[in-house]
Amino acid sequence: MRELTTFEKSLLNFLQKSIPIDSRPFARIAEELNTDEKTVIEKLRELSSEGYLRRIGTFFDSDKLGYQGILAALQVEPSEIENVAKFVNSYSGTTHNYEREGKFNLWFTLLSKDDEQESKILSEIEKCHGVKKMLRLKATRKYKLNVQFKLQ
Amino acid sequence: MDEKNLTRLDKEIIKVLQGDFPICEEPYKVLAEKIGISEEEFLRRIKNFVEEKKIRRMGAVLRHREAGFKANALCAWEVPPEKIDETAEIMCKNSAVSHCYDRTTAPNWNYNLYTMVHAKSRQECDEIILKLAEQTGIKNFQVFYSKKEWKKTSMKYFCE
Repeated sequence: MRELTTFEKSLLNFLQKSIPIDSRPFARIAEELNTDEKTVIEKLRELSSEGYLRRIGTFFDSDKLGYQGILAALQVEPSEIENVAKFVNSYSGTTHNYEREGKFNLWFTLLSKDDEQESKILSEIEKCHGVKKMLRLKATRKYKLNVQFKLQ
Repeated sequence: MDEKNLTRLDKEIIKVLQGDFPICEEPYKVLAEKIGISEEEFLRRIKNFVEEKKIRRMGAVLRHREAGFKANALCAWEVPPEKIDETAEIMCKNSAVSHCYDRTTAPNWNYNLYTMVHAKSRQECDEIILKLAEQTGIKNFQVFYSKKEWKKTSMKYFCE
């Protein structure tokens, strides 16, 4: 990946904070960055096609839409990790799934409609070949959720 | 649950918003047309969702590894219950911390506070974690560095 220009960094920093809820959002962003709408749109298309942007869009509060979340940690036989990871991914409620260093080597977050759906899915995963242990870690309080990376 | 308060139109709006946001002059108009409502109505309802906190944020997410954040660690901290608020407050102040959640414990697993820490290098990430430990006085913690991303996606609500 190439080095980003100062303008690209400020554009990405701004865009991570918010997209104006306005008929012409990119024109509003352009005003803030002392440029024009066309430049912002072209630059964003470029950065998007180069793979810097995972997503532009709307982030909902899953609790407020009636979903519940859980973090689960698995201790998986290293030779089975790919199979287990793919099985975990097959559930549409799996939003994050990371292989990590350490005794618990696969961590994922799952969103479900209710306790029943959640425990059914977790039990199916727990029975998966190669899974030695599972921790079910339910959030009781969210102090911070702010995934923004300031580019300098 | 608030879901029962969502109308069919609300769900249509949520579904169209969770797709790709068009990069063009009038993106909201493009999305509104897809579900057959006016741009004004669409913008008005989005603002309501923001007020009701159903929408946390409209914005971009970077591929943080490509953007240079190569060291990403999940830290599990064992915090005495009476110290949890003050500990979380210190951790949240650090801009390298993206998530900070209090979670239930499990048998033989007393860790109750979880943070994600992001940095450019492993060394920098280790230093941040040690600093957090020092500032909060929490001595019992475990660090799980990301090795491979198997999935990272936004939830598709109301699609089942």
